[in-house]
Amino acid sequence: MALIRTENLSHTYSTGTPFERVAVHDINFTAEKGEYVGIIGATGSGKSTFIQHLNGLLKPTTGNVYYDGTDIHESKKHTHDIRFKVGLVFQYPEYQLFESTVFDDIAFGPKNMGLPEDEIRERVYEAAGFVGLGESFMEKSPFGLSGGEKRRAAIAGVIAMRPEVLILDEPTAGLDPQGQAEIIRNIMSYKATHGATVLLVTHNMEEIARNVNRIVLLNKGNIVMDGTPAHVFSESERLSKLGLAAPKASLIAAKLRTLGLPLEQDIYTLKRLRKNLNELKGESGKLKAENEQHEIMAGQMNRPPVLQQEDVTGQMNRPPVWDANDGGEQHA
Amino acid sequence: MLKDITLGQFFPGDTLVHRLDPRTKLILMVVYITALFMAKGFPAYTFMLAVLITCLAVSRIKPKAIFRGLKPIFIIICITVILNIFFIRGETVLFQYRAIVITQEGLITAVFMASRLMMLIISTFLLTYTTSPITLTDGLERMLSPLKKIKLPVHEFAMMMSIALRMIPTLIEETDKIMSAQKSRGADFETGGLLKRAKAVLPLLIPLFISAFRRADELATAMESRCYHGGEGRTKMKILRFASRDFVALLFGACIVAAVVLLN
Ligand SMILES: Nc1ncnc2c1ncn2[C@@H]1O[C@H](COP(=O)(O)OP(=O)(O)OP(=O)(O)O)[C@@H](O)[C@H]1O
Ligand SMILES: [Mg+2]
Repeated sequence: MALIRTENLSHTYSTGTPFERVAVHDINFTAEKGEYVGIIGATGSGKSTFIQHLNGLLKPTTGNVYYDGTDIHESKKHTHDIRFKVGLVFQYPEYQLFESTVFDDIAFGPKNMGLPEDEIRERVYEAAGFVGLGESFMEKSPFGLSGGEKRRAAIAGVIAMRPEVLILDEPTAGLDPQGQAEIIRNIMSYKATHGATVLLVTHNMEEIARNVNRIVLLNKGNIVMDGTPAHVFSESERLSKLGLAAPKASLIAAKLRTLGLPLEQDIYTLKRLRKNLNELKGESGKLKAENEQHEIMAGQMNRPPVLQQEDVTGQMNRPPVWDANDGGEQHA
Repeated sequence: MLKDITLGQFFPGDTLVHRLDPRTKLILMVVYITALFMAKGFPAYTFMLAVLITCLAVSRIKPKAIFRGLKPIFIIICITVILNIFFIRGETVLFQYRAIVITQEGLITAVFMASRLMMLIISTFLLTYTTSPITLTDGLERMLSPLKKIKLPVHEFAMMMSIALRMIPTLIEETDKIMSAQKSRGADFETGGLLKRAKAVLPLLIPLFISAFRRADELATAMESRCYHGGEGRTKMKILRFASRDFVALLFGACIVAAVVLLN
């Protein structure tokens, strides 16, 4: 049975005023246990509105939301309990810190769950560990932390409730590449340890390409695509019509394909692209016919110390590097 | 949700009332309220009501919006009605049970008071629903500008008011957001005793204050970097000008007062 299921979920803001607006329309969505789903969509497409239904913060104007088979609005108490199972990290969560120490702030959720003191302590330390905040941070004031540290403290505040489903609304927005990679790793390690289901809202396609195993695309409040990254990213034209762009790697691969390189269809990470190109290079002795074109490509792909370095660190989202090298032609 | 508060909210539109100069509307509102207090007796009240309904119809304000706006003051209206019914002792007794006496005069006064109160509030809606806060403060500033001669900081007051008005929706939105975030972590703002609820508000207030200060700071910086230095020598992009419709409207205001005097 699906862990989370929405049934004809619609939400209208400010009903009955001139500002009335349908933010989410007739969404039927399911997520199985252990899935890692990426939710993408242009600004204002209803992503934040949609995810706030999944832990009962917003009530559907019409339709229902089920968690583990039960309607989450069955009773007030039930909705309240669901919030501990479906942890929601808001956009810019660092603005919601309020306690005098990081420890107390992370402990806020577990305390509300009514857990005993030692269990709270254990969970707080575990959560802080997941996001890489050491002991030394525990007694600091959250307001004295850097932006990235605050963000991680806020995420720990949700993780400390050990939710079975972790939903994050643009958790990496406004951080530097290293901070972004760290947060994504933190989420991965929580997921791996607790077998949690993760829903990640993001505008960063590279990020989503490397991590999730399913992508849901929202447009104007409707789900317009739902499938594997390979499937979704293969339709780069449709994506750009919806105000989004496929990851650089899949755009480059598409371009190379039009130039005659027989690359595989499901390329959307640089790692994969590089591997495929190297495979082709191995065969190139035999494929004399394509020799000329291939030389150009191989030359281009060998140039960058960038690519090799990226392979080592596992960080591939450095758009500026690609922009500089390819001069935006990948957007063609 | 908090967002649904409509008291003092502006509904954009393009009707005659929307296009009137804010000063005209301010004057008309004062005139209308004065006339309302002058009105005595059934004919005058009916007339005032008819005027109000006509204006509402012209400005295309939905009845729904009016009812929603009246909701917060519903209790006050009820108290007024109850006090008047039970404590005004007239000649014609309609109902008596021990110390409780209801007289016709009390009943009539109650109805008049309640309708006066409602008409008063609704007439202010007519102003705030059809005038954007910025235009409104602009109008106020222009009307009060003679007071600058006696060294009253009119411009500063107007600027403070427009910033405050501008910030209300932002702060409400912010409160909503922080509330949602804390609710996601199991905060409970709805149940429990007074002490428990007061405690639950704390996680709200701290982030809210911090963000309000941050916003104020950012706004000050933004204003300064655009060389704001007070009202001295400052010109307007949109200069308020009375149009012929404003004169007609003011004439209409004078007619209301005259009519009320006659009907009394
Ligand atoms: N509290 C609200 N009141 C009224 N309208 C709202 C509210 N929140 C969102 N909306 C509207 O609903 C639509 C969907 O908003 P939502 O925040 O869900 O989009 P989003 O996909 O999360 O966008 P972003 O990528 O910018 O975060 C938008 O058009 C927005 O204007
Ligand atoms: Mg959003």
